[in-house]
This record gives sequence, structure tokens and C-alpha cells, in this order.
Amino acid sequence: MSLSRSAQAKKTTAKLVEMGKQAVRMIAKQKNPVLAIPVRSLANVSFSTRRAIIELGEQKQDRYFFNVAQARKFMQTFLVASACKDLIASGKTTSIRDLYYIMKHTVGDSRHNTFEEQDESDPIIEDLEVTIDALREELNLFASNKGALVGELTLRDSGDTIDGRRMGSGGWSVPSIVEDNVIEFKKCDAKMILLVEKDAVWRRLNEDKFWRKHKAILVHGGGQPPRGVRRLCRRMVTELSLPLYVLVDNDPWGFYIYSVVKQGSINLAYESVRMAVPEAKFLGLSSFDQEKFDLPDNITMRLDEQDEKRADQMLKYPWFEKKDWQREIQHMLKRGKKLEIEALSSKGISFISDTYLPQKIREQDWLT
Amino acid sequence: MLTIVAAKRAQKTASAQLDLLAKPLRPAATPTAKPETPVAPPAAPPAPRPVKLARRATAESMATRQRDISVSEFFTKNRHLLGFDSPAKALLTTVKEAVDNSLDACEEAGILPEIHVEIVELAENRHRVVIQDNGPGIVKAQAPKVFGKLLYGSKFHRLRQSRGQQGIGISAAAMYGQLTTGKPVVITSKTRPGQPAHHFEIVIDTAKNAPVIVKDEALEWAPDHGTRVEIELESTYKGGRRSADEFLELVAIANPHATIGYQPPKDRPAVRYERVTDELPREPEEIKPHPYGVELGALAQILKESSSRTLRGALCEEFCRVTPKVADELCALAKVKPAAKPKALAPQEIERLHKAIPQVRIFTPPASCVVPIGEDLLRKGLEREIRADFYATCTRPPSVYRGNPFAVEAGLAFGGELRAATDEDEPDAGPAEGEAPIRLMRFTNRAPLQYQPGACAIFRGVVETNWRQYGLSQPRGALPLGPMVLIVHIASVWVPFTSESKEAVAHYDEIVKEIKLALREVGRRLHAFLRHRAHDAHEAKRRSIFELYIPEVSSALESLTKVERAKTAALLQKLAGRYTGAEEATEA
Repeated sequence: MSLSRSAQAKKTTAKLVEMGKQAVRMIAKQKNPVLAIPVRSLANVSFSTRRAIIELGEQKQDRYFFNVAQARKFMQTFLVASACKDLIASGKTTSIRDLYYIMKHTVGDSRHNTFEEQDESDPIIEDLEVTIDALREELNLFASNKGALVGELTLRDSGDTIDGRRMGSGGWSVPSIVEDNVIEFKKCDAKMILLVEKDAVWRRLNEDKFWRKHKAILVHGGGQPPRGVRRLCRRMVTELSLPLYVLVDNDPWGFYIYSVVKQGSINLAYESVRMAVPEAKFLGLSSFDQEKFDLPDNITMRLDEQDEKRADQMLKYPWFEKKDWQREIQHMLKRGKKLEIEALSSKGISFISDTYLPQKIREQDWLT
Repeated sequence: MLTIVAAKRAQKTASAQLDLLAKPLRPAATPTAKPETPVAPPAAPPAPRPVKLARRATAESMATRQRDISVSEFFTKNRHLLGFDSPAKALLTTVKEAVDNSLDACEEAGILPEIHVEIVELAENRHRVVIQDNGPGIVKAQAPKVFGKLLYGSKFHRLRQSRGQQGIGISAAAMYGQLTTGKPVVITSKTRPGQPAHHFEIVIDTAKNAPVIVKDEALEWAPDHGTRVEIELESTYKGGRRSADEFLELVAIANPHATIGYQPPKDRPAVRYERVTDELPREPEEIKPHPYGVELGALAQILKESSSRTLRGALCEEFCRVTPKVADELCALAKVKPAAKPKALAPQEIERLHKAIPQVRIFTPPASCVVPIGEDLLRKGLEREIRADFYATCTRPPSVYRGNPFAVEAGLAFGGELRAATDEDEPDAGPAEGEAPIRLMRFTNRAPLQYQPGACAIFRGVVETNWRQYGLSQPRGALPLGPMVLIVHIASVWVPFTSESKEAVAHYDEIVKEIKLALREVGRRLHAFLRHRAHDAHEAKRRSIFELYIPEVSSALESLTKVERAKTAALLQKLAGRYTGAEEATEA
């Protein structure tokens, strides 16, 4: 974590080279070259109750070159590896979309391309990350910026000082690489972090200067928060010893966003250690909030069939086994209703900043 | 006479009538001649009320109108029986009869046949057909009869494999020409070098069934020996299926030892089929009839005409495969003395003898009398005409139907130029939808059959074979589909046709069975080929995937490890061969 940028680059490059050398050795021995890739699926993740995060299991899948079904992916994996090595050597970072275009070309004199769609290259990048145990950031790859931050925090981003109190209405756009060789925390007056699901809600709170009044860092992830936002939250919670509150819609999708922030996702289980925030607290919206805050009935929406199915699934997730959570989800199912954060505006445009959030925090009305 | 009756057994009504007509018969005793004889008109439909009908004709008045019918007269009214039913078919039949005769003559004389056919268009519906061969020629005395008299020939009176059988064909063609154009048939024939050729113009006296020589002269002719026949006839020319063009193509396939030149009409380009072997077919042996196929009347005739003094001797002498022991067995079963005079046998005795035949085990006739084309030459014939990906041929050992030996051969050519252009992209795709039926070529004694496929035992044998198990698709009760030519050849001393025009083989169980066995053999080989090809195609496809990605993987590995891409590529290529070749990839 504390490696310098160049040392990190060296280490990652060595891993990529070693992967290539293994293949070359197998080919020299006239063996079918093979890559062992950890399986990234529900079957190969487990919930560690001790660490309260989702962890990747030990299962690996062999990817052979001389196998009609695997040859293409094998080729693609090495193409990504080689492109990343070049990227690291040039000292530049690029988006995964860029990388897709860098690697895309027609194969031989066929009508096929090395990659037909970005959908084809993205999972290969994730395969490579788990195979050589290097993070996307370490491969000099980033996803497009999504999410913003304002609040009682000063930090340095690639040498520039960013004052979270002076970010205007748009906030500081959270980059996808937020490792300590890029982002350094300087001065922090905040007492808590509030992660909201939606950009619109974040704007309301920023406009109301909620963060100033309540000494907070206000972050949003534009729906499911991207790696950068999750990693940054994790660093802030650990390094600045702040509590993290999550504010999402009252629907299964909202619960799921909270669970990803808290214990990691299935697809990126190998990154849970770095990104999951087991300390995260679910502030709202709770299925009980409508009665509690006396919200009108006409602001609710019906749970659709898919929502119900999703909720049923979540009841079975080990990380939702806690009694409070079972009660929460079952209550939502019983009501058959869901609620958006914006519904709070029915009580007044700043009801959320002035009443809802302060009361919830004050009364410690959250789930963990 | 003997064999005429023996031959009759395999024939249907039409030929039976002809056989009868061949001899002058008492009209009163031949009700079979009724349709052509102006006998009493059929009774009029019953009048509305019952009245006493006046007698319209008496036996005496009818008798005045009853008279002989000449074969030629019969033919003029029944030309369809001999294959002259339409102008287009007449042209084909004329070419066919002449070419069949030429080939038979050449082979019998031990000459490698070289035949030239020319069709000259005189008008849209009138052609002159010229067929010239390098055969032995025809002696002066015989030529008019051969071409100007129906039922005159060398082939009818013996059991020997040949294309022609009855001695009707060429004279029928000549007669058809004469009937439709009034022109005589023109013959030029030369039997040995150094002598002049004979040149005849012959017309047929249809009433007497006798040739009339219009012109007879000697003339200088360049070839050493051979015969040239010119017939002018009313006909229409068309190419394609069932044409003279197709006929000659088929003849070329089944006669790889023959060279055939062909000049079609309408300025179409000349065609030449060069022989692919100098090997003449083995000379077929003539055989005596076999007891299993003989009919009662024929048996009586044979015994009556035998020169042997005892029945035992007659049986042994006149039939094939009858030993004294077999003859005694027959006589014992029939309760006839073996020493009896064959001429003096009572009709009941002959009948008992006839009934005894099937109960006695008699050896099958000698196979030496049938001469198949042979697997190698059939294949060469196919290769000469069809450029295919795969050939298979099968010659079955001779078998017997009703005492007649026969042998069935089958051959097939698959793929190559037979494949439609649309399939070119994926030559290894399975049977595509919309595929055309295979082309079936039928032959008897090396002569092609072009009409009435549906009525033919060969067609039945093909349709009743399950081609799906050999990798072809096949609609129910139809020919299989696919880019394939299938040949079936039946060689026999006596091919049982369904009619005199010799267009379809009669359905004898023994023949259909042999056809199926031959087809199964070539079918199995086709299946093996298709399976191999499908496997190869699969492997090639796999290899092509690997080969496509090898350069990519090699250059990625070079950028990662600095190992030269060419080196890696070569090693991967070697592996690719191994994983897609004989050694199966264990992981795949």
C-alpha cells in the first residue's frame, strides 16, 4: 500500500512477465499452454463472518489455448496482459474502454476481431486481475469517473490540493484510482461520512450545506458506487477513523448497494479486502420510515415481481441473516411498497437535511 | 424356334403378341390378334327395349375379312411398343438401336469399338441420323435382311449376353424412317480391307416384312471394315435428359473400352469420348436354358425338337446343369421312364416333368456367361465423365433368376462438379435443404435405360435402400438427395424388360435383392468417406481457429517475455498439428 508508484509498477510488470514466461515454458515443452484463473462466480465466494466481507474461494478454472472453446479467451487474456505491460511501461493510465480500442484489431485475414465488444474485454481484464493478483489500478486501468465528494476534508490529488469545503455545487469528482500514491488526506474536520445513492439527493444536501452543519463528508456513487468511491470510503473510514452512513432508496436494489459497500460484491470478491467497509451503517430509507416520519401514502410505489424475487433472495444471503435485517426486508415485502429518497421532499424540500438525517443520526436509528 | 419360346417366359403381352405374329398363324386360332384384326364389331349396346337382333355378320363373312398380319403392319400401328411414340423419342431410339448394334458387333468380332454418330437437321421435325462403326461389317447377302426385315438377327436365337435381344431394333428404326419420310435406309458396309464396300438403299415391304433393295452398288470406302447406316426420319432434337446426347454420355460411362464421336445438330460443338481402356470385355459364353426358368410349352417344344433318343439324354443335352443323375431324379418324380423317347411323351407326362423341376436341386448356371463391366472399369468410366470427390463401385457375384444368370453392379460418384455452386462456401456442410435428388443411371448389358424409371426394378432397389444410414437425406419413397450420380448395371443373358421398348427392368425378387446388396456395398463406402470428410472438416475448423490466434498469442508473448514471436509461433503451429491431427487433444 505504501509502495511508491514506480516500485508498484515494477512489481506488477514482473507478475505479467512471469505469466508470459510460464506460457512460453509450456509451449517449449510442447504442452498445451494453460492459465489457471480463479473462478469469479457465486459458487466460488463465501461470506466470512469473522471479517464480515465476501471473500473469493480457491476454485480455479484452467484456460487452455488448444481448446476450441477457450482458445479465443486465452488469446485475449495475453493480449490484455501485453497491453497492460506497455501501459505501465509508458507510465500512463487509461480507461478500460480505451484499452478495448487499443487491443481491438482484425485477426489475420479473417472477419473476426480480437475483441468484438467492450463486453468481451472487460471480463478478461477482471480475469487478469485475479490471475496475477494485481488490482486494476496497478494495471494502470481506470473506469470512468463516477461519484462526487464535498465536505470537511482537504486532500491532495496527484499533487493538487483539493479543499472539500470549496467545491461549489458539483463537488470533487472521485477518480477511479484513489490509492495513496495518488490521493493523500491532509486536513480532516469531519466527524462522519455520508454516502448517498443518488446524485440528486447529494445535490440537495450540498445546497443545504448539510456537511458544514453536521461536520460531514458527503459522497455519492451515482447508483452502485464504483471502485474509486468504495475504495476512498474504505480509506477514509480506516485512516480517518470516521463512521460511514449509507443512504439509499427503500427497495431491494438500495439494500444491495448497501451490502456491496459493506461486504463487497460477488464479481469483485477478490477486492473486498480493499474496498468493503464492514463498519458501514444503513441509515435509510427504512421500511419503517414512512410511519415514523408520517409520510403520506401516495408517495410509495408498488414492489414489482422482480423486486419481490430479489428481496426473497436477499433474505437468504448470510450477510443479511441478522434479525434486524430479516425484519427490515420482511416488512418491506409485507408492505409491498418501496420508497425513493426523494419521497422525503413531500414533507418539504429540505426535510431531509433539517429533520430526517439529524433525527436518524441522533436516535442512532440505523441498521448494521 | 426353341429359344423363341424359351425367351417368351420373361415377356409380357406385347412381346407375346409379336412372338405369335412372327410366325404365320391361323387367324381362327389366334384370339390374341384380335385388336388388329378387323373381326366382328363388338356387340352393340343393348337397345332400349328388347328386340330380336338381326345377325350382322356370319362366321363365313367374318372369315373373309380374317387374314395374316405382317409384323411390319403390326409395327406401324404399334410403334410405341418399340420406342417410337414421340418424335423426340424416335430420334433417341434410332441412335440407340444403331449404337447398340455397332457395339455388339464390334465386341463379338473382338474389335475395340470406334463409333461415330451424327445427327443432321434437315428441318425442325426431320433429321438424318448417321452411325458409322469400325465393326466387322455385314456380308452383302445379309445386309438387306438385317436392316429391312423385322425380327431378323443373330441375337434372338441364343442365350448370350448382348445389348440387342430380339432383332427388332434397327429394322424398326429403318421402318419408322421410311414411314415418316418415305426415304430408304442407306447402308454402307465393308468386311475386309482391299475390297470395295457395298452400298445399299433399302425399303421395307411392310406387307411382306421383306426388304426391297432400291439401290445396290459397290464403292470405294476408306475404312478397313465397318458399317455406316443412314436413316432419315421425322423427329425433333432436344438436348438434356432423355436425349441422344445423354444416351451417348451414358454409353461412354458403361463402355470405357469404346471411343465415341458425336456431332449434334444445330451447330452444337462436336463431342468425343476417348476410350480409357484397351481391354475388351470378356467374350460372353453362350449357354443352354436352365431347367428352373423353362415354361411348360417351351419344355414340350424342346423335347419335341431334341435329337436325343432318350428323355434322359434329351434333358442332359438340351439344358444346362442337368446331369444324368438329375435327369433320373426328374424322371422318377414325374413317373416317366428316363429311357422314354422324348418325342413320344404324352402331354400329361411333360406336365408332370415340368412340375418336378422345382423339387430337384440343380446347380445354378455357369457364371461365365455374364460379363459385368467390372469394378475398375466402371470406376474408370465414371471418372471419364464425372469429376467427383469420391467414387465407389461394386460388382456382385453372378446370381440367377428363373434359370437366367445375371450380375448386378453399382457405382457412385459423389461431390466435386456434381455439387451445386451455391454449396461452394461450405463444402462440408451436411445435406443442405433444397438439395436435388441424385442422378440415377440405369444400364442393362452396358446399354442405358432412359425412360420409365419408376417402373424399373433398379429404381425400386434404389428407393427401397435406406440411404439415410449412409449419410444422405432421402424423402420417403423417393431417390436420395445429394450431389451424387448412381449407376446400376444389370448384365444377363436375358434381361427381363417390362416391354419391347426395353425401358424398364421387370421386378424379379432375385434381381431387386442383388441390386440392393450392391447398393449397400457402395453406400457403406460412401458413408465411410462422408464420415471421414466430416471428421477432417471438423479438425480443419479447429486447426483454423488455433492457427488464426497463434500470431496474436505469439506477439503478445514476445511483448511480455522478449521471446521471439516466430519461434513461439512455430512451436504452437507444431502443437496445433498434434492437437488436431491423429492425436486427439485430451483437454479439448
